[in-house]
Amino acid sequence: MKLVTAVIKPFKLDDVKDALKEAGSSGITVSEVRGFGRQGGHTETYRGAEYKIDFVPKVQVKIVVEDSAVDAVVEAITKSAATGKIGDGKIWVTDVDRIVRIRTGEEGTDAV
Amino acid sequence: MHNRALRIISGLGGVVALVALMPGITIAQEASEVQAVLDNIWVFIAGCLVFFMQAGFALVEAGLTRAKNVVNIFAKNMADAIIGILAFFASGYALAFSGGNDFFGTDGGWFFMNDLDINALGGSGIINLSHGTFFFFQAVFAATAVTICSGAMAERTKFSSYLIFGVFMCGIIYPVVVHMTWGGGFIAGLSIGDAVYSDFAGSGVVHMTGGIAALVGAKLVGARKGKYAEDGTARAIPGHNIPFAILGVFILWLGWFGFNPGSELAADNLVTGIALNTILAAAAGGCATAAFVWIKTGKPDIAFIGNGVLAGLVAITGPCGTATPVMSVVIGAIGGIIVVLAVQFFDKIKIDDPVGAISVHGVVGMWGVLSIGIFARYDDAFLGREDAGLLYGGGFEQLAVQALMVIIIIAWVGIASLIVFSALKATIGLRVSEEEEVGGLDVPEHGMAGYNNDPSYA
Repeated sequence: MKLVTAVIKPFKLDDVKDALKEAGSSGITVSEVRGFGRQGGHTETYRGAEYKIDFVPKVQVKIVVEDSAVDAVVEAITKSAATGKIGDGKIWVTDVDRIVRIRTGEEGTDAV
Repeated sequence: MHNRALRIISGLGGVVALVALMPGITIAQEASEVQAVLDNIWVFIAGCLVFFMQAGFALVEAGLTRAKNVVNIFAKNMADAIIGILAFFASGYALAFSGGNDFFGTDGGWFFMNDLDINALGGSGIINLSHGTFFFFQAVFAATAVTICSGAMAERTKFSSYLIFGVFMCGIIYPVVVHMTWGGGFIAGLSIGDAVYSDFAGSGVVHMTGGIAALVGAKLVGARKGKYAEDGTARAIPGHNIPFAILGVFILWLGWFGFNPGSELAADNLVTGIALNTILAAAAGGCATAAFVWIKTGKPDIAFIGNGVLAGLVAITGPCGTATPVMSVVIGAIGGIIVVLAVQFFDKIKIDDPVGAISVHGVVGMWGVLSIGIFARYDDAFLGREDAGLLYGGGFEQLAVQALMVIIIIAWVGIASLIVFSALKATIGLRVSEEEEVGGLDVPEHGMAGYNNDPSYA
């Protein structure tokens, strides 16, 4: 079991969601996050004074998948979230030790 | 005590004291002077209420749209006030009310009010009202007409393009409608049999005008991204703050007690009757929408009920001087039904109106104008006769004149706003980029977020 985490541009969320559904995913968890990477922040003015927005709004998508589905899921996200411009985000994959479906108590692949 | 007595003498009692000192002034003259002051002060206070409607519009629009566009919504409403007032001052007032041809005024002295005595009682051509009073009242109406477009085009329209449209709307398009009607022009000159047009406070002149421009704008700017699924079904994009929206409805409702009763343009005994019809129609509109939506969807959708109250208000704006209280309830309730059907119709034909402004102001405004042809009973000073409506034996003539008025306003406003919006679309563009739209207009267009969630500034 793997946890695929992706940080993407907020306006790409709909596309990513649709791509993941098409790739056979049965559920995802999303959260609004902020951060900086190579894109960095940008400067705005507020009542005449400059201020820097260091942390750019992003959306984080989390999805737990079977090992065999990892490549398809990563590819689906990569394709659907890409704009080709800086700030498109990142995807990382980590191992999941244990997973439980709360309602039924099922574990492992059954719980995905 | 001494000071207080002095204040009373020099204040309200001053007129009496003056009469006592100058036997040549008759009681009749004194009464008419007091009446003149009352007229001006009442219309001024009514104008203040109408001005505050800008706050109501801002809240309704902001509440029914998303958090990422809230700064943009408030900025547009602020722009309506600051640009609208100046545009109406520069050209709108002259085009609307000065002498000229059938379509616009041409008296150079009225532009920038540069050759007008702003304080002379009756100077505006309306009994007792000075130019100062009359301009104030009419300018806040003009600002209302342009604000209607803001809601319908929310969440995807370029701020700069909206500003330019606002100038044309307050400076030319709306004033021409006013000149054709209240200014004594083309529509005012029409008659079929005994029937002449009536639109007491502007169901058509103000609201339908705003609604038609909003329709053209919303059509040309296109739907918000995500509003329509690939198979064409309309998707809900819920607003971010229902308390804002409903507070806005209450503020607008209060403002309408200036809008309609103030349009009497005098402090007389008809003012409160108009207020009565206004409050009844609003309540009836809200009730009708609530019942209709509850039956239709299983839930009393408060955002829709807010639209229903506004629909009742827009509907009664034209007939408020001529309808009976019971018929005001009927007119408002029908408005409340129409607004639901209209919102669903525009969803179906893919004209994306985030706040329902086209339905509330455009479609129900049209209903308000037409309803006079059916429900007109009393002479509202426009009709010049009693029992003009179909229900009271007036025949179809009144309805025909009202329909003619609707067609003329739609033609003028539709064509004029089509020209302005098309020109904007072809030059600087009407719409923000997709990335700006999805990320929200606040930071890219205005440099700040409405709700600053950046941890650096928490």
